[in-house]
Amino acid sequence: MYIDPHIHMVSRTTDDYQRMAAAGCVAITEPAFWAGYDRSCAQGFVDYFGQLTDTEPKRAAQFGIKHHTWLCINPKESEDIGLAREVLAEIPKFLDRPSVLGIGEIGLNKNSRNELVVLEEHIALAKSRGLLILVHTPHLEDKMKGTRIILDAIKAHGVDPARVLIDHVEEHTVRMVLDRGFWAGMTLYPDTKCTPQRATDIFEMHGTDRLWINSAADWGISDPLAVPKCREEMRRRGHLEALIHKVSFQNPQTFLSQSPNFRLR
Amino acid sequence: MSGMSIPLTPHQVVDQYFLEHRAKVLDIAAFLDRFDRAAAAFGGADSATTDDVRVRALCAALDLLRDGQPQRARRVLELWSDHSVDPIPTAHTKGAIGAMPLPDAKR
Repeated sequence: MYIDPHIHMVSRTTDDYQRMAAAGCVAITEPAFWAGYDRSCAQGFVDYFGQLTDTEPKRAAQFGIKHHTWLCINPKESEDIGLAREVLAEIPKFLDRPSVLGIGEIGLNKNSRNELVVLEEHIALAKSRGLLILVHTPHLEDKMKGTRIILDAIKAHGVDPARVLIDHVEEHTVRMVLDRGFWAGMTLYPDTKCTPQRATDIFEMHGTDRLWINSAADWGISDPLAVPKCREEMRRRGHLEALIHKVSFQNPQTFLSQSPNFRLR
Repeated sequence: MSGMSIPLTPHQVVDQYFLEHRAKVLDIAAFLDRFDRAAAAFGGADSATTDDVRVRALCAALDLLRDGQPQRARRVLELWSDHSVDPIPTAHTKGAIGAMPLPDAKR
């Protein structure tokens, strides 16, 4: 039994739900993200938020998987502040829907000034509504710098770090995230993020507290079964079943249960 | 750090992972050979002299792997990272290439 706390099912086929259920997935959370192209207007996001809060929970339920979501305009589309503010104005209309956990995946992409402005407006919205936050950290060479800026911005807004998950950490960012009291997510994604082997190494070096794994499977080359494959890697090394259960079920359950909307049934 | 112990002995680590990483080293060797053959065919600089940021970053990381110091994965990622601190004025692209240009001392 496991939870995949970050996966983009709008980009996946129904067969993937079927395979995930067969592998033991009981719940997922789906952050709003970049569709691979820039949406031309706020209405495009309104339609997307409807898909996340209505269509996907029904599709997941066919396979006994509980679906939850996070809403935002993602950092890849945040350079246009005018559009971002139009989308931000639409988000509160969806926040009372029963599967919404909070704001995400917000963060930075290229670490630009406009991205930071939009990030801070999302943080303010989450704080004002008492919502959890799921944070995307930048890719590759931009990750270390962006992670530092993000952590500083969240702290500056006085948000409790225990209610924020900083995602896509790797060896060079995991320590700074955990040391400042945040939760951290390791994304099991080919080529650009962690492998199951490296994620297991990170558990061995940094422990299993406030740390989870996810697939972030999306429209790119990615693997919706990455979490069970990491569980298998830990098992292959001889780690205890209790530890494997902790990182792939209990930790996400503990963090996500801070939202009253998170339910496994 | 408050990590947990690795259950495998050094010998078990090698038994379990050697062939996988042998193949990865061969992939890197073949990539550099491919780059050099292309350079020879099209008249460009080879992997030892190229100005391509990514190839230089890869070769610098290979040097780091053999320095005998711990935390190689973290240090490689830091080597390839942007170490500036201020937000950039404008994002002109969405993508990242995987490595920043290295300071001259690290080339």
